Amino acid sequence: MKFRNDYAGPIGVEGIHVLNTGDWRINRPLLDDETCMKCGICFLYCPVNSIRRREDGSYFICYDYCKGCGICAHECKKKAITMVPEEEKY
Amino acid sequence: MQIVDVMNGNMAAAVGAALAKPEVVAAYPITPQTPVVEYLTDFVVNGKLDAAMSEVESELSAMSIVSGASLAGCRTFTATASQGLALMYEPYFRASTLRLPIVMAIVNREMISPQSVWGGQQDAMSVRDAGWLQVYAEDNQEILDLTIQAFRVAEDKRVLLPVNVCFDGFYLSHMTERVLIPEEDEVTKFVGKYKGEHILLDPERPMAVDPLTNGELLMEYRCKHLLAQQAALEVLEAVDKEYGERFGRSYGGAVEEYRSDDADYILITCGSISGAAKDAVDLKRAEGVKAGLVRIRWVRPFPQQRIRKALAGAKAIAVVDKSVSFGWNSGILSQEVRGALYDQGKAVPFLSVIGGLGGEDVSVSMMQDVIGRMVRAAAGESFESPLWLMPSEY
Repeated sequence: MKFRNDYAGPIGVEGIHVLNTGDWRINRPLLDDETCMKCGICFLYCPVNSIRRREDGSYFICYDYCKGCGICAHECKKKAITMVPEEEKY
Repeated sequence: MQIVDVMNGNMAAAVGAALAKPEVVAAYPITPQTPVVEYLTDFVVNGKLDAAMSEVESELSAMSIVSGASLAGCRTFTATASQGLALMYEPYFRASTLRLPIVMAIVNREMISPQSVWGGQQDAMSVRDAGWLQVYAEDNQEILDLTIQAFRVAEDKRVLLPVNVCFDGFYLSHMTERVLIPEEDEVTKFVGKYKGEHILLDPERPMAVDPLTNGELLMEYRCKHLLAQQAALEVLEAVDKEYGERFGRSYGGAVEEYRSDDADYILITCGSISGAAKDAVDLKRAEGVKAGLVRIRWVRPFPQQRIRKALAGAKAIAVVDKSVSFGWNSGILSQEVRGALYDQGKAVPFLSVIGGLGGEDVSVSMMQDVIGRMVRAAAGESFESPLWLMPSEY
């Protein structure tokens, strides 16, 4: 077998080939900064730590691992997050 | 100078582990392993062992803690048995596939049901394909020596796999024997210092640990894991030899061959029942029967070539198991040995023997009977297989 990396097991840095589970997403959460009141409830509820906090206290969504579960949109009191189909992919 | 002492098998495991100076120990007590935890706690409390000792709430936690500590670059030790091993199975499999060189004693005990606390090798044998290396001791001296050697084998750069040092519950764990204890400084020189490189949780150089991995890369890791198991075959022989040169005790490497060189009828055993087998071989030899014994020490990696070579001249073979292989109508090692002999060229009578379950004795007379059955089978008589060594029938 021709090995693709030098690691003994699934622990390493470069070339570890981390799978982006964001590729599994069917619906993409979109955050409207105008409506967002920076309460952070989405940040607390996201099961895969895909909501990130900026230094100014505002939030953004990191799509690498976001599977599009929609919990953030469900929990948002201001309805600042909407789920939009990933049309370009499907 | 080695100190002569008298101790049970659990103490031998604890002393062996302490001599290798693990930095983190986490264990949960379970019969018949409980004293290992007590002794190690005692060593730590009384300053004989400088380790972080964690008395956890379950075996699941014990294996998780030593896994985390191993990821952080520590030498680690733990011990369990039977249901405790079953409870830690999830992190147990992960520890080997993450290539963590943990050393864990398994004080072999029967698996439940029925409810039992006594000896049997079903616990460790049932998890032989979880990626760990497994070695089985025959007596208390060997438990101590193997526990020290296990760290060297586990941490070898060609191996980097966890090791189970297995020994029979009660027959060894609670039996008191004479044991020689090597000097601490000499053991320190022998085992060296563990330095985690392939895996290291280091804030300066963050690593991705166990990310979601695709199938092709998973197959690559499995391939590397299998190759590391094969590499261990050489390493364990070299470590056993070097230990012999330094401390005067060597055990033959992956298998111990006892009077088997010119033997026609070869018994195969694993663990403490080998003592009775050796006595039976001697008694049969005195009667003029060319009997011999092959004791399997390392079950993982399985020493296929050594076994084939040792059995090449046999006219009959009998494997005495202290476990069962459900679905094969035999013991577990019986099937492993059969597998090792495929395409050997000639088929000789092969007896699967099951005994010593649930703490029952496997006596010298039972072993003599098995040798007698091999002689009759080699002469062309039909034979019973599997043969159950029921104490009431002997």
